[in-house]
Amino acid sequence: MGELKSVSLEPSESGFATTRLDALLNWARKWSLFKYPFVTACCGMEFMALTSPRFDGSARFGAEAPRFSPRQSDLLWVVGTISQRQAPVLRRIYEQMMEPKWVLAFGTCASCGGFYDNYTTVPGIDKIIPCDVYVPGCPPRPEAVIDGLMLLQDKIQRGDRKPGIVKPHEDPALVQLRRKENV
Amino acid sequence: MSQRVLEVLKEKFGSAIVETHSFLGDDTAVVDPKSWKAVCAFLKSDPQMAFDMMVDLCGVDYAGFASGPGGATREARFEVVLHLYSTSRRHRVRVKARVGDDEGDDAQLDSVTDVWPGVNWFEREAYDLLGITFLGHPDLRRILMYPEFTGHPLRKDYPANKTQPLVEYRTEAEAGLTLEKQAPFREDEGMPFGRRVWGVERGES
Repeated sequence: MGELKSVSLEPSESGFATTRLDALLNWARKWSLFKYPFVTACCGMEFMALTSPRFDGSARFGAEAPRFSPRQSDLLWVVGTISQRQAPVLRRIYEQMMEPKWVLAFGTCASCGGFYDNYTTVPGIDKIIPCDVYVPGCPPRPEAVIDGLMLLQDKIQRGDRKPGIVKPHEDPALVQLRRKENV
Repeated sequence: MSQRVLEVLKEKFGSAIVETHSFLGDDTAVVDPKSWKAVCAFLKSDPQMAFDMMVDLCGVDYAGFASGPGGATREARFEVVLHLYSTSRRHRVRVKARVGDDEGDDAQLDSVTDVWPGVNWFEREAYDLLGITFLGHPDLRRILMYPEFTGHPLRKDYPANKTQPLVEYRTEAEAGLTLEKQAPFREDEGMPFGRRVWGVERGES
């Protein structure tokens, strides 16, 4: 229960636990993300793989219930290429969502336009709406998406509403390897 | 197999058939744009032809080609290509018309929606992406691009990566991070024929 520690629940003698309210709220939020899947392209296939039992990428995070109304959801999954013609729709969906809300760019196309560098494609959804986590890959492996989801959870727990890129995890094995090479 | 179709066309329309060729079983007739509709109506209604199925209609932009298709002198910039099939006679033919001047202003052709109603959206597509106007079309609007779009994106003189956003992009100050799309490789994108370099040479970027 390492997560509970970060909320700093300390049982006192009188049977009360004290914590910061926002820390508790953020803890509750990050384990009950209601997702709105905005699936437009082939990444949707990998999204299905992610949410199906083998990887179980949503139920384990308390996010198994997709909501097909933006008003009932707080995590917008942008899965796939966004064309210029779709941009107003995506913008509107985002605006209809209730605060607090987060956006996850699933795959290269949603993150930066991918290899589409042309008249028809939006070069990354961050041109239109704020984006919290970018998951690279064409399409990304479910492991990558789960990693992105965990980064988003960290971000929610920190109460970080700033846009930008979360620092990547350091693989301890790689760090050691790099040290050896430098020496 | 359907070379007979070409022979009948040449016999009936004479000089309106600009040229014909057959290659690997594909038979093509290039038609004078003025006779476009007459030739199409004949191909549909004549019992020997009976081309009841319109397979495809598309446009081709030959801008920048020194010579026309097949090495001929290039007079028109665009080519409209129509593919037909006869379900009763089981033969196919490809009909082409060459339209438009080098600026692409005068690209006009008669619509054949009266002959095959299904050609409606194909003509709209050719109009949308290449700017070929089909005279007499019942509803000549853009079909893939949005009405706010100016220009015709598949024309060779349209800059390939020029976007016309419907939603105004956020500024970098708003976003708090750099929004410039980073090139994955160098300017040539790892290939000797990268289009960025192309654009530089033509003075577009």
